[in-house]
Amino acid sequence: MASFASAGLRLAGRGVVFGYTLLILAPFVWIALSSFKSQIQILTNAMVFEPVLDNYIELLFSKSASFHRNIANSLVVAAASTVLALAIAASAAFTLVRLPLPNWLRAAVFSWALLFHMLPTITFVGPWYVMLNSVGLSNGYVGLVLANVTHHLPMALWIVAAFMRDIPEEILDAARIDGCDERSSFMRIVLPLVMPGLAAAGALVFLFSWNDFIVALNLTAAATRTAPVAIATFAQEHDVKYGEMAAGAMLTTLPALLLLLLGQRLIVRGLLSGAVK
Amino acid sequence: MGRACAAMTVLRRNNLLWRWLSLAPLLALLIVFTVVPVAGLVWMSFHDRQWQSGIGVWRFVGLDHWREFTSNLYYWPGLRNTVVFAVCAVSLQMLLGFFMALSVSRAQGWLRGLLTTVFLLPVVVPPIVIGAMWKLLLGTEFGGVNAALALLGVPAIDWLGNPALALPSIILVDVWHWTPFVFILLLAGIEGLPQDALEAARLDTLSAWQSLRHIMLPLMAPTIAITLVFRIILTFKVFDEVYLLTSGGPGTATEVVSFSIQRTFFGRDDVGLGSVMSVFTLFVVALLAVLAIAASRRRRSD
Repeated sequence: MASFASAGLRLAGRGVVFGYTLLILAPFVWIALSSFKSQIQILTNAMVFEPVLDNYIELLFSKSASFHRNIANSLVVAAASTVLALAIAASAAFTLVRLPLPNWLRAAVFSWALLFHMLPTITFVGPWYVMLNSVGLSNGYVGLVLANVTHHLPMALWIVAAFMRDIPEEILDAARIDGCDERSSFMRIVLPLVMPGLAAAGALVFLFSWNDFIVALNLTAAATRTAPVAIATFAQEHDVKYGEMAAGAMLTTLPALLLLLLGQRLIVRGLLSGAVK
Repeated sequence: MGRACAAMTVLRRNNLLWRWLSLAPLLALLIVFTVVPVAGLVWMSFHDRQWQSGIGVWRFVGLDHWREFTSNLYYWPGLRNTVVFAVCAVSLQMLLGFFMALSVSRAQGWLRGLLTTVFLLPVVVPPIVIGAMWKLLLGTEFGGVNAALALLGVPAIDWLGNPALALPSIILVDVWHWTPFVFILLLAGIEGLPQDALEAARLDTLSAWQSLRHIMLPLMAPTIAITLVFRIILTFKVFDEVYLLTSGGPGTATEVVSFSIQRTFFGRDDVGLGSVMSVFTLFVVALLAVLAIAASRRRRSD
């Protein structure tokens, strides 16, 4: 009786999961199809249509095309943010979790980082804009990269810190006895050991910087506009350019797809150690 | 002996220098980009900025912006919507996510890999793309959802333009977006449960429902409660999808606090009032967050 009920529950659960899987995939299929339709075909909801590349051509190769520049901007910003965030988080995380420091400092940094992570981003974007504007950096790469690094630093910090806590004390002791100072322990021993952690943090920082909309929306101008902001402009104009919006969305999704297929384990590990426990 | 001592001193000095050097970039960034902005917001909330030939001139205005804030037409409906949005969306996500996590917790092999990949998709895809997707799906005349409903004979529904439906529609988009993530968190939680307790339940021939009710739920309750509270707080950040789908409309039907701040600070260039909204929002969310963090710390130390 019990096993019958549990089998029933399980079967129902599996059914829901499969249904939900389809429900997740369907919108992706819909937008992918739309990106190969002309505006008319989208607006008349043509179910049978001959796929056209017009939207992609318009985005990337037409005279007024600028989306390739938006993609390049996104790449530059996401890559620079990732490198900086990893360097800052890694060096600080080792000192914070493995070296003698006043306890209040350690607690203050981690608590504040956690709190900052939970506060609405827009409340910081305003003052960032005022500050960057006053030093002439409000529409350039530098300001956007620094804002992105700050935005994702808490996550990078606690992913890398989680990996550093797992390094056995004996290894650090051995280095100390061999006369290594802390800097060379970090460079030669700790860094190679936490490579998986750096990869997980790097994948997520890249992804979230690439995906960022709210910061880039307010800290970029036409020349530095990133891909997500460009997609929003297609949707916000008086006549929504559905086809280009869909094609732009497809192109902007590619890095996420690539990372997901190549580094799924890293992403899961990062998300789980990054998730607030 | 003397030389060894000199070496030790040098080593100690190097170590001390390294500790501060390694922390310096983090501390500098946190101070300049997270502490100073909060102080700046408080300062700006008492000041007014006027542009004089391209240069911003600040003038002290006391509580003017704060008074204006109490009767703001966007912020208060936005706050109400944000709370409704967060509570409804997160509760639904937790229910759905927990149910699904239960039913695949013992799934193995390819099924699991496939599910993880598919379920991660909405988490890694840019939120603006998800907005674009649902803009195409929820269109009244041509949207995929209405096309599917038409097959069942349901007349076209104005999902985003009808003030009564707009907020529920956005909540459903958020549920679609984040349930998979909650699922992954809860799945990890379930698989981290002590196996012997579950095994004992099985040997005692408890039914699936009994073992869920008396063993799993009590064990999971703290995880569930904390995930719930943290997700609700994080949902206060919602912005991208709302921006693309409705921009807060129709009227203030889908206004959320992030959007009110964006609208005031950047749209209307009213930095003073925008700062008041930001300070107030920061205060509310920080209070909730501190309570949640303290509760989860206490639980961990128990």
